[in-house]
Amino acid sequence: MSELAAIVRLTLLVGGTATLATLPLAVALAWVLARWQFPGKVLLDGLIHLPLVVPPVVTGWLLLLAFAPAGPIGGALERWFGVSVLFRWSGAAIAAGVMALPLMVRAIRLSLEAVDRRLEQAARTLGAGKWRTFATVTLPLAGPGIAAGAVLGFARSIGEFGATITFVSNVPGETQTLPLAIYAALQTPGGEAAVGRLAAASVALSLAALVTAEWLVRRAGRGVRVL
Amino acid sequence: MSFDVDVTAARGGATVGARFVVGEGLTMLVGPSGVGKTSVLDMIAGLLRPLHGHVRVDGRTLYDSAMGIDLPPEQRSAGYVFQDMRLFPHRRVRTNLLYGARDATRLAEVAVMLDVGHLLDRWPRTLSGGEARRVAIGRALLSDAAFLLLDEPLSSLDPARREEAARAIERVRDSRAVPILMVTHDRGEAERLGDRVIAID
Repeated sequence: MSELAAIVRLTLLVGGTATLATLPLAVALAWVLARWQFPGKVLLDGLIHLPLVVPPVVTGWLLLLAFAPAGPIGGALERWFGVSVLFRWSGAAIAAGVMALPLMVRAIRLSLEAVDRRLEQAARTLGAGKWRTFATVTLPLAGPGIAAGAVLGFARSIGEFGATITFVSNVPGETQTLPLAIYAALQTPGGEAAVGRLAAASVALSLAALVTAEWLVRRAGRGVRVL
Repeated sequence: MSFDVDVTAARGGATVGARFVVGEGLTMLVGPSGVGKTSVLDMIAGLLRPLHGHVRVDGRTLYDSAMGIDLPPEQRSAGYVFQDMRLFPHRRVRTNLLYGARDATRLAEVAVMLDVGHLLDRWPRTLSGGEARRVAIGRALLSDAAFLLLDEPLSSLDPARREEAARAIERVRDSRAVPILMVTHDRGEAERLGDRVIAID
C-alpha cells in the first residue's frame, strides 16, 4: 500500500470510529436539549459547545490531562483494562469525536425539534410506549437530519488537527491523519509534491462528505411532510 | 356505565372540562368551537393531565386524582381519531393501520367496513381528506381499542366525502363493539349519528 493510501485509510478509520462512537451520545444529548427542561440546561448546552469555541489546542491539552496515566480517565483505563490511548489511533479518534460532538448535537437537535409531537401522541394512544414511539416515529422522522449530522461530524473528524496533535502527537501510521501528514510534509524540505497530493486527497474526502450531508438534508425536506 | 367522566383542566386563563355518565353506543359532545371539546378527549386519552377529577370507561379507572391513578396513554386502550388525523407520513396505509394492531388478521375485515382496501399500498400524503379520515378510523379500530374517541371526524370534508365518512362511522356504531365518544360543533350531525347528545358550553 502506498504511503498516501495508508494515510487516507488511517484518516477514514479515525474519522469513522469517532463518528460512530459519538453518534449515540450526540443523539442522547440532542434529545435532552430538545425535549427536557431542567435547571442547568444552559450549562450543559455550553459544555457541549465548548470544543467549538475554545482553541483546539486547549481541548487537546484537557484531553491529555484526563487520559494521561495520572489522569482520572487514563488512570482507570490503565488499571481496569491495561490500555492507554496516548499516541494511539484510538486517542486520535477520541480527539476527533470530542471536536465533532457539538456540530453533531446541533444538527440532530434541530431535526428532533422538527418532529411533529402530535404524531408521537398518536403513537402513544395506539399502545406504543415511550421507547417504541421513539424508535418507530421520532427516529425515522428525524433520520435524515441525524444522518446529516453524522456526516457533518465525520467531515469535521477527518479534518481534525489541533486537538489531535496536542493530545496524541504526530505518530506516522498511528495518529498521523491527513491534516497531520500535511503538516509533517510541510516541515520536510522538498515535501511540496507530497503536500499537494495529501491536500488534494483531503479536499476530495471533505467535499464528498459535505455533498452527502447536503443531499441528506434536501431529502429530509422533501420526504416526510406531515398531513 | 361506558363513560364516567369528570375532568377539569386549565387552558389559558380559563378552565375547561366536562362531567357526564353515559351508557353504551355513540355519545355526542356538542358545543361551539373553542369551548374545549378536544381538551376533554385529550384528558380521556391521557394526552392532557386534568387538574382533578376522574375518567372511567366500562368500569376501568384510567385517571383518578383522589386515588392517585393516572395511566399513561399507551395503557388506556383509547382508539383516538384526531381531527388532524395524524397518520404517520413515513409509513404506508397498511403499516399505519397495523401500527397498534395485535391481531393483523382483522385488517381485511376493517378494510372492508371502511372501504380502504384499495388504499393499503398508498402513502398518507397521497390520500384525499375522506380517505385519510377512514384510514385514521381504521387504525384506531385495529389497535384493540376499548373505546373510540372521534374528534370532528366529518369536518373539512366536501359533502360526498362527508357522507362516506358518516356511513363508515354508522357501521362502526352499529357493530356495537365499543363505546364511542364523538365531538362535533354540528347539531344536525349529532342528531343523526348519536345515540345521545350532550351539550358543552
